[in-house]
Amino acid sequence: MKKFDKDRVLLAVAAPVLAVVGALVVTALVLLATGKDPFHAFNVMVNYGDKSDSQVYILNKGITYYLSGLAVAVGFRMNLFNIGVDGQYRMAAFFAAAVGGAVAMPSVLEIPLIIVTAMVVGAAWAAIAGVLKVTRGVSEVISTIMLNSLAGIVIGYFLQGGRLGVLDKDANMVSTKPLPHSGQLFNFQTATDPVDGFIVFAVLAGVLYWFLLSRTRFGFDLRAVGRSESAAEASGVDVKKMIITSMLISGGMAGLVGMSTLLNESHDYGTDFPTGIGFTGIAVALLGRNNPVGIGIGALLWAFLERASDGLEFEGFDKEIVGVIQGVIVLAVVIAYELVRRYGLARQQRQVGAELAAAAASPGGSADGSPGEGGPAIGKQAGAASGAAEATKEDA
Amino acid sequence: MSATATQTPPPAAPRAKERPASGRIRLSTPMLLLIVAGALLVVSAVRAITGAEDVTSSGQIAGALAGAVPIGLAGLAGLWSERAGVVNIGLEGMMILGTFFGAWAGWQTNPWLAVLAGVLGGALGGLVHAVVTVTFGVDHIIAGVAMNILATGVTQYLAKRWFNVGEAAQKGGTPKQSPPMNDAKHFTVPGLSHWLDTVENHHWFLVSDLAGIIGGLVTDISSLTLLAIVLFAGTFFVLWRTPFGLRLRSCGENPIAAESLGVNVYTYKYAAVVISGALAGLGGVFLAIGTHFYLEGQTGGRGYIGLAAMIFGNWRPGGLAMGAGLFGYADSLQLRNGGPSVHALLLLIALLLVAMAAWKFYRGARVAPAVALGFAVLLAVWYMLTDSVPDEVVQGTPYVVTLLVMGLSAQRLRMPKADGLPYRKGQGH
Repeated sequence: MKKFDKDRVLLAVAAPVLAVVGALVVTALVLLATGKDPFHAFNVMVNYGDKSDSQVYILNKGITYYLSGLAVAVGFRMNLFNIGVDGQYRMAAFFAAAVGGAVAMPSVLEIPLIIVTAMVVGAAWAAIAGVLKVTRGVSEVISTIMLNSLAGIVIGYFLQGGRLGVLDKDANMVSTKPLPHSGQLFNFQTATDPVDGFIVFAVLAGVLYWFLLSRTRFGFDLRAVGRSESAAEASGVDVKKMIITSMLISGGMAGLVGMSTLLNESHDYGTDFPTGIGFTGIAVALLGRNNPVGIGIGALLWAFLERASDGLEFEGFDKEIVGVIQGVIVLAVVIAYELVRRYGLARQQRQVGAELAAAAASPGGSADGSPGEGGPAIGKQAGAASGAAEATKEDA
Repeated sequence: MSATATQTPPPAAPRAKERPASGRIRLSTPMLLLIVAGALLVVSAVRAITGAEDVTSSGQIAGALAGAVPIGLAGLAGLWSERAGVVNIGLEGMMILGTFFGAWAGWQTNPWLAVLAGVLGGALGGLVHAVVTVTFGVDHIIAGVAMNILATGVTQYLAKRWFNVGEAAQKGGTPKQSPPMNDAKHFTVPGLSHWLDTVENHHWFLVSDLAGIIGGLVTDISSLTLLAIVLFAGTFFVLWRTPFGLRLRSCGENPIAAESLGVNVYTYKYAAVVISGALAGLGGVFLAIGTHFYLEGQTGGRGYIGLAAMIFGNWRPGGLAMGAGLFGYADSLQLRNGGPSVHALLLLIALLLVAMAAWKFYRGARVAPAVALGFAVLLAVWYMLTDSVPDEVVQGTPYVVTLLVMGLSAQRLRMPKADGLPYRKGQGH
């Protein structure tokens, strides 16, 4: 049994490794086709990404990607495609920045106020899609995409001088009123740049995600709905309630995405606030297989690639090649996971079959039982075993 | 006795429920014409009351048509794919490939080669999507999202390599933009167009509205628009009137049954998704040729809106065309600085809501009419208290319309039965 577990871990690791290797091969081919030396490029990426100021950058970027990945993964675990994390985190960060800028309180109240505002706004924006799905049967894929566009427009409306925005004439930029000093979160000083203090919250969010999904009744229900809606419904899960709740959690989590930028770096929401992190989150969640540690690795990989793109530019490469690498990784990873899943399933079926054959062959096996009764029971066992094995693999 | 008493009501109950539903969906041609005429009457009344002449001007309608074509083509692309059971969120990426490859061929050669290159680029994207979803059996939505990320990355890289060097850069190419190219040929119906324009400028009730709408549809029409119209008709014919179409749709409804009848489901799915990519690519080329170059982010989510239009159209070409027209109209409003038009449309929506409330009330509902009436009053108050609406309302109109329309119609729609479900050869045994 122990050896069997080791093989499963090997299989789980095989998929992302396969994908990254595949992506590197494809990228190398693209580079060769456009007349560039791929090995030199990879060398530059690794060397540049390995510098200590790069590491801090990667860590700080990784925080936002991680939270975004978690937000997407909550939905993915129950087959809910929250493409709208992008709009949710921008709405959340914007209104949290506006509230934080308007109120001045001691840090112990100010920072929680900002974070809670962000989570509530993010959850509310996500709830629209949830309610539309539950009451009107609108696919959340379409509705969240529409809500992404609407989020940009709503922010555009409020982010103007005289509304919630303040015009900075020198920089010709509009932003919300800066947070008071009490609304600025602590940093961890390092030899080079500081690491955002929000990393603490990101780690907590990851632990919470793991606990909620793997150690609570709610998480079990959520995964059950993800595996089979009708089966979950039959076993007494209120699917509609689950959809709304998980949309709220996903949106609330999305609310945290912009917080490290807001509380640790920019201290306001301006026209230059980072966008598109929600889509990065989808890629990261796919890469990490919805697993809290996996998402962390995916987030760091993504941040590393982005950092490395700057290094490439110094060396005369086109940094856009990183976009190709990222795209190929995502595509390769989803294929690799599917292949490994299918291979693992087939292997398990073979194993169970072999065990049953061995049991049948041994003299003590089915000596007293009638074959008519034994047949279906064994079949059922095999089915249950492979089904359960698949379920646990998904959790790993 | 008791057995018969309990047995009789159940069959009766669903029948009573079904009848109005089927009556509502199956519109006869005269009914449809009557509805169109009624809508036209209401719209021209609103135009006459509000004085927002742009609501039915030929420029607005022409803009709506130009806006509707790429969305319609994206929707048509989605239709092909989903009728064969493959959800295609990757349309956006395939459109991007279409804009890029179209512009790449277009600035060096002529518009028709641009169309060809864009279509092939989109088809290539479709082929990748088919390999991932059909051969490898990856979840369709995940594969589509990956497709979009990949297409964006590849075009950005290639744009820098191809448009930012040598002759291309001299002619105005940058990493985010291609050198300019020629537009496809445009057509105008001679004589008619000018005459309609004169009629339109009189602002007569109903007559001028009709003139504006027809004028917009016959003046300065791109040959690609004509091609799109042919493709719509062709799609209907192929999918619903040929054995090939029947088999393709059977793959989207019940692949196992199709397989048992000897249909090679994989082949049909491949064909459908590649055609889907080609159509999306054509939609992309249309955008690029219309603006004369490739621009990064040019598609602006039209692939997704096309999908929404397709769902709105209940996975049928006719409904899809209507949906695309609606989105195109909203698009055109935004381009033409449509503050006054949208302001006028507030009144139109209020009137429609009142009509809906009356209809629902007549049918015995009490809560829905109250809600509708409430919204109608709110909109009317908004209309009366303001002179125009903020730009953002105009920008947001297409998206709000999508959400509202989907919210109102999603439950009456029926998608292909096996749409989005994984299928493996021989899984039915």
